[in-house]
Amino acid sequence: MLKNRALTPEIEEWRQIIRQHAVDCGLDFFEVLYELVDYDEMNMIASYGGFPVRYPHWRWGMQFEELQKQYSYGLAKIYELVINNDPCYAYLMRCNPLVDQKLVMAHVYGHSDFFKNNSWFAHTNRKMVDTISNHAVRIRRHIDTQGQNAVEEFIDVCLSLENLIDPHQPYFTAGESKSEETLDQARNEAQGVRFSTKPYMEEFVNPAEVLAREKEELLNKIDESELFPDEPEKDVLNFLLHHGQLRRWQRDVLSIIRDEAYYFAPQGMTKIMNEGWASYWHSNMMTQSIIDSSELIDYADHHSGTLGSSPGVLNPYKVGIELFRDIKERWDTGRHGKEWESCEDVHGKKDWDRAEDQGLKKIYEVRRTHNDITFIDEFLTPEFCDQHKMFTYKYDRQTGKYILDGREFSSIKTAFLDQLSNCGRPRIQVQDGNYGNRGELLLKHIWSGTPLKLDYATRTLENLYKLWGRPVSLETIVEGKTKILSYNGSNHAEQASA
Amino acid sequence: MRKIDPDTNRFRNIVRGKIRENLKQYVSQGELLARQGKKVVSVPLPQIDIPNFRFGESQQGGVGMGDGEEGEPIGGEGGPPGAEAGDQPGEHVIEVDVSLEELAEILGEELELPRIEPRGTESVKVEKDRYTGINRNGPESLRHFRRTFKAALRRQIASESYDPKNPKVIPIREDRRYRSWNTKQVPQSNAVIIYMMDVSGSMGNEQKDIVRIESFWLDTWLQSQYENIETRYIIHDAQAKLVDAHTFFHVRESGGTKISSAYNLAKELIQKEFSPVEWNIYPFHFSDGDNWGGDDTAQCIRLLQEDLIPASNVFCYGQVKSAYGSGQFIKDLREGVGKDEKVLVSEINSRDEILPSIKTFLGKGC
Repeated sequence: MLKNRALTPEIEEWRQIIRQHAVDCGLDFFEVLYELVDYDEMNMIASYGGFPVRYPHWRWGMQFEELQKQYSYGLAKIYELVINNDPCYAYLMRCNPLVDQKLVMAHVYGHSDFFKNNSWFAHTNRKMVDTISNHAVRIRRHIDTQGQNAVEEFIDVCLSLENLIDPHQPYFTAGESKSEETLDQARNEAQGVRFSTKPYMEEFVNPAEVLAREKEELLNKIDESELFPDEPEKDVLNFLLHHGQLRRWQRDVLSIIRDEAYYFAPQGMTKIMNEGWASYWHSNMMTQSIIDSSELIDYADHHSGTLGSSPGVLNPYKVGIELFRDIKERWDTGRHGKEWESCEDVHGKKDWDRAEDQGLKKIYEVRRTHNDITFIDEFLTPEFCDQHKMFTYKYDRQTGKYILDGREFSSIKTAFLDQLSNCGRPRIQVQDGNYGNRGELLLKHIWSGTPLKLDYATRTLENLYKLWGRPVSLETIVEGKTKILSYNGSNHAEQASA
Repeated sequence: MRKIDPDTNRFRNIVRGKIRENLKQYVSQGELLARQGKKVVSVPLPQIDIPNFRFGESQQGGVGMGDGEEGEPIGGEGGPPGAEAGDQPGEHVIEVDVSLEELAEILGEELELPRIEPRGTESVKVEKDRYTGINRNGPESLRHFRRTFKAALRRQIASESYDPKNPKVIPIREDRRYRSWNTKQVPQSNAVIIYMMDVSGSMGNEQKDIVRIESFWLDTWLQSQYENIETRYIIHDAQAKLVDAHTFFHVRESGGTKISSAYNLAKELIQKEFSPVEWNIYPFHFSDGDNWGGDDTAQCIRLLQEDLIPASNVFCYGQVKSAYGSGQFIKDLREGVGKDEKVLVSEINSRDEILPSIKTFLGKGC
């Protein structure tokens, strides 16, 4: 049964008004198509990651049940759902009151602007709605020939390694791996070291047999030193795609999972900014022009609901919006640059106002070029941390609880950046695709100070084995010692690194 | 049918598979008892999530916001403060709600239990109300909205007061329509489970836990087989008492054991409340098997032969091994009435033997 998802005339009227406000604010967005759905559909779409059609997989069903349960117990409710696509698709919950619909619409224009303009999204597929339904068709075709269980199990295996991609990869053309041609060139150029000398001394200073021997050694070295891959490969999935022992359909499934992972990656990298930006604009538009006085209380209630944080918890929405406000304020009043930083007069700083009025321009610039890491790195100030009572926490072994560690700016910033780096996931790369010269695979965990969850790591290795087809190993640090965890298809092993 | 239903079904199948796989563990650990709601049981399922390389949950520091002094604990009990609200999947074990019916089905599949053919279905009829018709009178809560407006529209068209350009339809009193019901007689299968347990001093907590776990699964299965099920609890030492479920599982008595007292009470109960013509009767008796003496055992056998067994679908006796060993009663029963195929006995020496015992009791399908 196809339900009517068109906006009601009243909401449609408001959509046009809000759209005009967004344009007036200077937002430059993909056109947004709103659909009105009830909570069943909303939860369904949310379970599918925002898309109307996905390939068949049990985890959508699991998410759906979870969402349905949370919704029916009143624990959680999805307010907005928007897809990075051109045009942008966004969903409104049918049962929400008008003030919520206005808020969500204003918020979504912010997201759409961010998708379109932030450079980290520049390489994402803007026809992803179509692409993802094509993925679904391809996977269904594989199900037809291979059977549902085989395909679903293989998808599980791929998903287990889904996060082993390199989100920065689209922004540079990866160095071509050394082809035979360049190796040949190196071979041709290989020759022994020839010392310059007078012609009559030539055969004594550079004897022919020594040159021949050196050349031989060099050639041997070129062939021996052939690392595989040449450089450690951060895009583990790509490496597996090209070098894993996979059948054709498996390769296709893996490439689909990888494409989707790359599509979603920028959203993980810009969570704080994206939400902050959208919240900044909805709050601007709502309070300045859209709501009427009767809606004020509800608006304030819902706005504070999304931005509020339970004690001690960092809310990315809140940090984002406040940082944008802070930046605007600072560039409006000129509280930045050398002069400001070197000023030591407390009163002077308090009343500082150079009336530069560059705030708006600055935040538009920031939303174009930054991601969460550079955003925090550049714009988090001691004043900001102070004002928002930020702190660092650590795990206390004695009590088994997390305790407040301190309020020092530099450590807050370091911890914050740590938390954001690689979206809070361990960095893992392909170190050697011919480990031990036995065609085994060695991954390396780039140590950042936090150990891996070991039971998960061993189970993930089992899945890695299924893609590689030969024994697999992971180098990481366990309890302060460098260890190599291996799985050979039947047994796990753990040994100290050589 | 919703688009997501196939995915949900796949998920439920995986859940069922996992439960079947671990059924023995769930039964012997009795984990599910505490998680029982009215109609659903929430089952903890480890290892259903997809593993990946991730940081170990503990020891990870981070940034938070809010008041507090250095060294003060933050966040909830022991858990890490959700630094990125709702972003990472939680570290808790995933729990899935499974309905009691589904659980019974899984149990049935795993133990290959036959469906029970109830006795006396034809003889017992109950009245059930079905909303089938439309009436002009009725309570407002049953008003049929669409039919009411249809009637109003029809009246307005007939009286030419309907203007298509201004389509206002206003029902008046006479237009109102209400749902009405018919009462039907439908056959119903009734069953009563009579649990009897020895609470003499030798039955310790572990023994009672075993009985409790076993009775949970027996309940679950029988409930899935009968529409209407009643449960009665009898405890006995030297005397028998009719008690509620809570008392049954928690009371602790001391003193001797006279099993015949319980059988007598069960007999009276059946005579008074549960006529075998209308009810399927399931007496389950659990004891450590130490009866007072030969006289009493003989009386028990007589009671069983003359009253309890003829009235019941099956009579089940489970002998739970206690700290003082396992008694003589099971042997006496086997000798006395063991030939009767309605008598099912099993020995439960440890929690691992609960599942086979259930299979013995329910495996006959009557």
